[in-house]
Amino acid sequence: MLSVAELSCVRAGHTLFRGVGFDLAPGECLHLEGGNGVGKTSLLRILAGFSPAAQGQVRWQGQLLGSSACRLNQDLLYLGHQLALKEELNALENLQAGAAIAGTPVARDAALAALQRLGLGSRAALPVRVLSQGQKRRVALARLVLQPQPLWLLDEPFVALDGPAQDVVAGFMAAHLERAGMVLFTSHQPVDIGGRSRSYRLGA
Amino acid sequence: MSAFMAVLQRDLRLALRRKSEVLTAVFFFVVVATLFPLAIGPEPDTLRKIAPGILWVGAMLASLLSLGRLFAPDYQDGSLEQMALSQAPLPVLVAAKVTAHWLLSGLPLTLLSPLLALQFGLDTSTMGVLLLSLLVGTPLLSFIGAVGAALTLGVRGGEVLLSLLVLPLYIPALVFGSGAVEAQLSGLEYGAQMSILMAMLLLAGFFGPWACALALRIALE
Repeated sequence: MLSVAELSCVRAGHTLFRGVGFDLAPGECLHLEGGNGVGKTSLLRILAGFSPAAQGQVRWQGQLLGSSACRLNQDLLYLGHQLALKEELNALENLQAGAAIAGTPVARDAALAALQRLGLGSRAALPVRVLSQGQKRRVALARLVLQPQPLWLLDEPFVALDGPAQDVVAGFMAAHLERAGMVLFTSHQPVDIGGRSRSYRLGA
Repeated sequence: MSAFMAVLQRDLRLALRRKSEVLTAVFFFVVVATLFPLAIGPEPDTLRKIAPGILWVGAMLASLLSLGRLFAPDYQDGSLEQMALSQAPLPVLVAAKVTAHWLLSGLPLTLLSPLLALQFGLDTSTMGVLLLSLLVGTPLLSFIGAVGAALTLGVRGGEVLLSLLVLPLYIPALVFGSGAVEAQLSGLEYGAQMSILMAMLLLAGFFGPWACALALRIALE
């Protein structure tokens, strides 16, 4: 379980948010809302361990983030604005290399099946360079079905996706919750994750 | 270990898809090493005397040329974030990137060096020592340079800063590397220089990736 208490974030001398607190138990999904620049991405980056919080605590399975006993770093799947795709490699190579570098290698067939579920089966052998924005994001999102981490931190996962692809991704998230996974995502649009999503509004 | 191989494999495959980057460093080395004999003139004794220094400085600059691209693409496309979140320790993944950098820049330069040494009239045994010194020296340059590349990541004008930061750190490698070749040229024992070069490589290979990982985490903040 992830618990966040009294978290505040300061960027370049400007307080983005303060007093943020919520709990996320297995099987729960939190939709992080708020206008541009209220610090949604900053919050996700604090949870992912990239940047330190100005104040407050983050606990994962009871262990304080930053302590050596905290396994949050290994237990989370982070998808940021940057998709971590190499333009010269094709979709399949990107997925396989990404998974192997993350320490959880996947077989070629599994990677191909993941791409097919996102409607990219016929594009698997094309260099990512020639794919559209939405297709690139689909390739990045295919990681969701390949990597086994329990906590998903997704920064704007629905951006650039068309309607059917959004439904597929929402389906991935719902299935992950069924397996007692946890999802924390940001989005500017209302999303239905099998009716299991709470929302948390950041900022004033 | 499998994550190490995954990073290495990915970087080598990427380099194969954009060969120009690799060839630039090699071509630069060839051109620099060729300019000197042309400029100085065909005086065999002079050429032989300056050869170790010229070839070593050339290799150093060529290795520096590709350093700016060591972490920058990964930083820009978000791959670095994913590497920081890997189950494998970040220093291991960094070591894989440095190894790939050496295989793509240092190793080709080393293998090419005897050919360039011909222009300076070096004999076969001296060529052998040159090859050996570069074989130990170029990975050392890669490891030292990687720390500089990590420290200047995301900094405006980082490329220039990188040269200013890294070149002074290259001096010990340059002194002992070209020193070994010079010793052989003057008929002296070159074992001492090679041992020191080797010791520096071991130190840099052990501490370099660790220091890089710390610097990369700061860049990600």
